[in-house]
Amino acid sequence: MINVTIDNKQIQVPEGTTILKAARMAGIHIPTLCYFELAGMKFENKPGGCRVCVVEVTKDFNGRPRRNLAPACATDCVEGMEVLTHSARVINARRTVVELILSDHPADCLTCAKSGNCELQSLAQYLGIREVPFKGEQSHYRQDMSPSIVRDMDKCVMCRRCENMCNNVQTVGALSAINRGFSAVVAPAFEQDLVDSPCVMCGQCVQVCPVGALSEVDDTRNVMAAINNPKKTVIVNTAPATRVALGEEFGMPAGTIVTGQMAAALRRLGFDYVFDTDFAADLTIMEEGTELLGRIKKFMAGDKSVRLPILTSCCPGWVNFFEHNFPDMLDVPSTAKSPMQMFGAVAKNYWAEKMGIKREDLVVVSIMPCLAKKYESKRKEFYKDGNPDIDYVLTTRELARLIKQFNLNLKDMPSEDYDDPLGESTGAAVIFGATGGVIEAATRTAYEVFTGKPLPKIDFTELRGIEGIRDAWVDFDGTPIHIGIAHGLSNARKLLERVREGKEQFHAIEVMACPGGCVGGAGQPYHHGNSEIIKKRTEAIYREDAGKPIRKSHENPSIKKIYEEYFGEPCSHKSHELLHTHYFDKSEHVEISE
Amino acid sequence: MAVIKLSEAKVNFIKEVCKSYGNKPGEVINVLHKVQGEYGYLPAEVQELVAKELGIPVSRVYGIVSFYSFFTMTPKGEHPISVCLGTACYVRGAEKVLDELKRQLGINVGEVTPDGKFSLTCLRCVGACGLAPVIEVGDKVYGRMTPDRVKDVLAEYK
Repeated sequence: MINVTIDNKQIQVPEGTTILKAARMAGIHIPTLCYFELAGMKFENKPGGCRVCVVEVTKDFNGRPRRNLAPACATDCVEGMEVLTHSARVINARRTVVELILSDHPADCLTCAKSGNCELQSLAQYLGIREVPFKGEQSHYRQDMSPSIVRDMDKCVMCRRCENMCNNVQTVGALSAINRGFSAVVAPAFEQDLVDSPCVMCGQCVQVCPVGALSEVDDTRNVMAAINNPKKTVIVNTAPATRVALGEEFGMPAGTIVTGQMAAALRRLGFDYVFDTDFAADLTIMEEGTELLGRIKKFMAGDKSVRLPILTSCCPGWVNFFEHNFPDMLDVPSTAKSPMQMFGAVAKNYWAEKMGIKREDLVVVSIMPCLAKKYESKRKEFYKDGNPDIDYVLTTRELARLIKQFNLNLKDMPSEDYDDPLGESTGAAVIFGATGGVIEAATRTAYEVFTGKPLPKIDFTELRGIEGIRDAWVDFDGTPIHIGIAHGLSNARKLLERVREGKEQFHAIEVMACPGGCVGGAGQPYHHGNSEIIKKRTEAIYREDAGKPIRKSHENPSIKKIYEEYFGEPCSHKSHELLHTHYFDKSEHVEISE
Repeated sequence: MAVIKLSEAKVNFIKEVCKSYGNKPGEVINVLHKVQGEYGYLPAEVQELVAKELGIPVSRVYGIVSFYSFFTMTPKGEHPISVCLGTACYVRGAEKVLDELKRQLGINVGEVTPDGKFSLTCLRCVGACGLAPVIEVGDKVYGRMTPDRVKDVLAEYK
């Protein structure tokens, strides 16, 4: 431990502690911009580039004051150090730094997607900046819009959080700092569009971007137009993780469950039917669980051609990732569509037929915690005769904006139920929203189907947690089943490489692209690096599950009914047609040209 | 599936260079240096292959290529011309020489003539300040250049 004095407050910190962290331990707030930490998720960004966190070192290791101001995020404490974080000199420098950043920033806060959530805006307000005294050249880059993400690099402050996230946490490698000096910018290789790069649309870059340089594609206008069109029947489905996060946008504490209020609000917005993606999550378990058991049984019968482990395929960011990075393993993931795409297929076929609604008159909207879902809904294999199974995807944030525009407050909403039949779901479906949840849900059903016995306990706590890579053995009444879990794509890559090299064998692996799973999705309310928020949402997910009367997918009455009426049995011909998909090789290949 | 199209000779050469550096990501600058030394420039396909061989994202390779002015994605002419704009050359009229070269070749700095014969770049100091202003054509150095002499120098290569 070493002794330091910050703002005349003496504290002891472990060696190697930065001034910023020491100050935070002492309850002293030093403003930051490029610095970003997601505690517990192994993500820290401290390029020391923005200089907003500069402090005055009045006594350095040599007993003398340091001549220059020091960046608190990138300067380690030394024994006897004395620091002032808010001296007149520091405040003056900090203001100048932010004024300089603003001198190359389009001041279009009125229409900016990040307004109200922008860390640069907050800083300018905090420092009382009322005009930008510096005038000079401004950066101009073309805008780029993928199906999920909008890039407006004129607003970039070169904090490089997105680059760090994309390369180190996700190992996607779509973004890099390119060019130098004033023309430096974060972009894909050759400044190509995101959609042509290896970007998997996970959107974690958007989640960590401090400003409006990266934001989600806004589909609220399209949805409103559909609702306003009297010829259209507009239905909606809500993903598991949205119900434990939407409340934050209305000032409720993280982890507040707002399922019933969300359903009520969606009705007030004018949706004709309010359904639940959770219904389709139960359906996913039936299909994926059956597929898993099929492969395990074949394997145990000695069929060596069986591809194990089965990989979950609910997460569209993950699907994109393995299509780009593991083209040799395209036959390993489950062929089951994601719950959202299953919902779309069921709604536009089974339900539309039942209701006598023409496919083109039915608009299906999804409320998702995710940006990759926007892209997924536009994959061509999910279209029929030019009409998509899912018409529009709104993020949790977009839904919050719509609800506010309708002068509604989620806090005042009554709790209402989802509509039948695509609104009935079990606790197994809710936990899809947290890392480990899909595989726990599958295990609950697979155990009972495989052993023919009721589960001794429903909660598989060994599959829960926040570690990036986890594994557990589950005893299927004498048959040990090895399960792996990864969240965050760097963890998924590590686990998959171990499997590919034959170092470890699993029966099933669940992967979620975003840290924490869907609760930490890029479409969720901005967490600004507070990983406690993600933990609270996770706890809420498991609370919602525990409170459900039915907690196993195969016991969902509406699911039983849809198999009786329509699909026959899981993995039947009909279900293969509507509920399963296939994958494409999106990797780079070398071809000899001459 | 994205396809990187390259000739067999290029693929083999690039793979060989990467291998000679142990396919280590940390050697990317050395690899690019050597590959550019062979082909004169680093087109997108070449960067894709280098990235693949070293197991790093192509965005990172492009980040390096676009950062260092030494690396270029434009092919060089058969006879690359470099004009020194270092202090000594500059004060002795290098800019006028450069303007005359641009005029006669009909290209700007960083470009290649349509027939592929000449390309034009600038550099800072070749260490021959006593001969300022200096230009290089290929490996040959021309000292005490004047706009009037440009025509004669170019004629040597036509």
